[in-house]
Amino acid sequence: MAATRDGYGEALLALADNPKVVVLEADLGKSTKSLHFRKAHPERTVSCGIGEQNMLLVGAGLASSGYIPFASTFAIFTERAFEQMRNGIARPNLPVHLCGSHGGTHTGTDGSSAQSIEDLAIYRTLPNVVVMHPCDDVSTKELTMQLPGLGKPSYMRTARNKTPVLYEGKESQIKIGKGITLIEGNDVAIIACGVLVHEAMEAAKALQSEGISATVVDMHTIKPLDTELLDSLSQKCGAIVTAEDHSIIGGLGGAVAEHIVTKHPVPMEKIGVHDRFGESAGSEEMLEMMGLKSHHISDAVKKVIARKA
Amino acid sequence: MTGMSISELEEMARKCRIEICKMTHRAQAGHPGGSLSEIDILCALYGHRLRARSDDPDWDDRDRFILSKGHASPGMYAVLAEMGFISHADLESYRVKGGVCQGHVDMKWCPGVDFSAGSLGMGLSYGMGCSIAANIDGSKRNAYVMVGDGEIQEGSIWEAAMAAAHHELGNLKLFIDCNGIQNDDFCEAQMRMFDIPAKWNAFGWAVKVIDGHNMSEIVSAIDWMDTVTDKPAVVIGMTVKGKGVSFMENNPAFHGAAPSDEQLAIALSELGVNA
Ligand SMILES: Cc1ncc(C[n+]2csc(CCOP(=O)(O)OP(=O)(O)O)c2C)c(N)n1
Ligand SMILES: [Mg+2]
Repeated sequence: MAATRDGYGEALLALADNPKVVVLEADLGKSTKSLHFRKAHPERTVSCGIGEQNMLLVGAGLASSGYIPFASTFAIFTERAFEQMRNGIARPNLPVHLCGSHGGTHTGTDGSSAQSIEDLAIYRTLPNVVVMHPCDDVSTKELTMQLPGLGKPSYMRTARNKTPVLYEGKESQIKIGKGITLIEGNDVAIIACGVLVHEAMEAAKALQSEGISATVVDMHTIKPLDTELLDSLSQKCGAIVTAEDHSIIGGLGGAVAEHIVTKHPVPMEKIGVHDRFGESAGSEEMLEMMGLKSHHISDAVKKVIARKA
Repeated sequence: MTGMSISELEEMARKCRIEICKMTHRAQAGHPGGSLSEIDILCALYGHRLRARSDDPDWDDRDRFILSKGHASPGMYAVLAEMGFISHADLESYRVKGGVCQGHVDMKWCPGVDFSAGSLGMGLSYGMGCSIAANIDGSKRNAYVMVGDGEIQEGSIWEAAMAAAHHELGNLKLFIDCNGIQNDDFCEAQMRMFDIPAKWNAFGWAVKVIDGHNMSEIVSAIDWMDTVTDKPAVVIGMTVKGKGVSFMENNPAFHGAAPSDEQLAIALSELGVNA
């Protein structure tokens, strides 16, 4: 078990060999894990105090001067600087890499103010911005390592709490924009991101014993969406369930639905937060309360299969 | 206005400090440091001045209190329990599923909470809205806001500071809990703010700097705020983060970390709890 935010911290440290990489903090480096870079390279770390709006545009200025800025804070507090991200970063297509940690309701007892359930949706609407939400520390590290080569801005959500490690030794499978098929099956495709990838795998195993064969995809990149993979899955499985620790409005589920209705429409169900705010509870309690556990996914699978023609 | 004496207020603050330690210990999470630094000011405000009714927390004409540094919720919950807005048993619900004491103060969950906080830099603007509403209503009620010293790094604080002075909001009263520490480190390392009183002065506020742990000084400062009627007033409380618990005092590690079993025992004995 490891936290995706730790993968982010490790990647920054590994990227430090590139002298153009700079790190920006807004008084949450201990939490987002940029602190390791700060300790090793204080001369390339910019403390912006508790000032997220300023941080993002400082990043834009650095990027326009040839630097590769990595800025992080909690997912929820990146949202305060949304317009800065839109007009100051996305519009001029400046490669500022924003990481929002502690995303989703899984973040737990801090309560609703800290549980961002809309970050993927809002950043997905911005032209030029790549949006990612990896499920383990290895893929988080690998995706972060690929960002300097991207040449455009990005937003990555990481999570606070530990989750199982899936990709140890399998780093070569991980590419920005390419979904990863973790389990192959024919009856339904479960497309998940972040913490819910693990719930989706549990659901697939449970469904197996009931004679239902499910594909599970880790869709770590929400934008650009791996539409090729989606098209082949909707044809092969004929039914889709999406799963994310995010609002059912506009996130992974929204992105998948928007695409499949234009290509190969198939029945679809969305697992996510149903248009409500969270509250204080443990991370597992939150997943249960919000309807995001593996048994909820299994139920959605049965529902969607019943709808197949 | 409950008119508690200085020694009664000091005793109330001691009891609240005990609850802060117990709450964060029970939850094994939360923010003891900034709760312990704010608590003397909070007790003085509630026990000496705030016009609010524990048996009618939604009373329209109450003074508002906005804990903008909403992570320091254990301090506020302890005070609300002392004042009878919630029960002492409710304190056990801090960070527990379904509990009135959510991780960050939340007006939808807890009686007596006037603002749902958790994102820094929002409370002063909200307080300004409450002040303008009181003026339009022709009411004498005040809006009191508490922010942290790290929190005033947020740009929106200065938007509100400028606007409140422009609108001559004599019914807007601010406390700054100047404990010198924010999340990652000392403010001095994260973002130097230079002359904080001079900044508020330059923005057009009436400014007073006090020892934020000296109960008589706090009470006089709250009375002084009532004499300022033509502009917003700020009391800058010089405080110690973690005040009252030796190993938490001035220690950035206890911004957002709970005491262990052994640490709780030490803390309680330092706060005068007999084992
Ligand atoms: C907009 C925003 N950015 C970041 C945070 C995360 N955060 C919570 S507390 C804190 C430090 C606050 O320091 P200060 O205002 O001095 O509070 P105190 O020392 O009184 O606890 C930070 C950065 C937040 N809650 N809101
Ligand atoms: Mg402080």
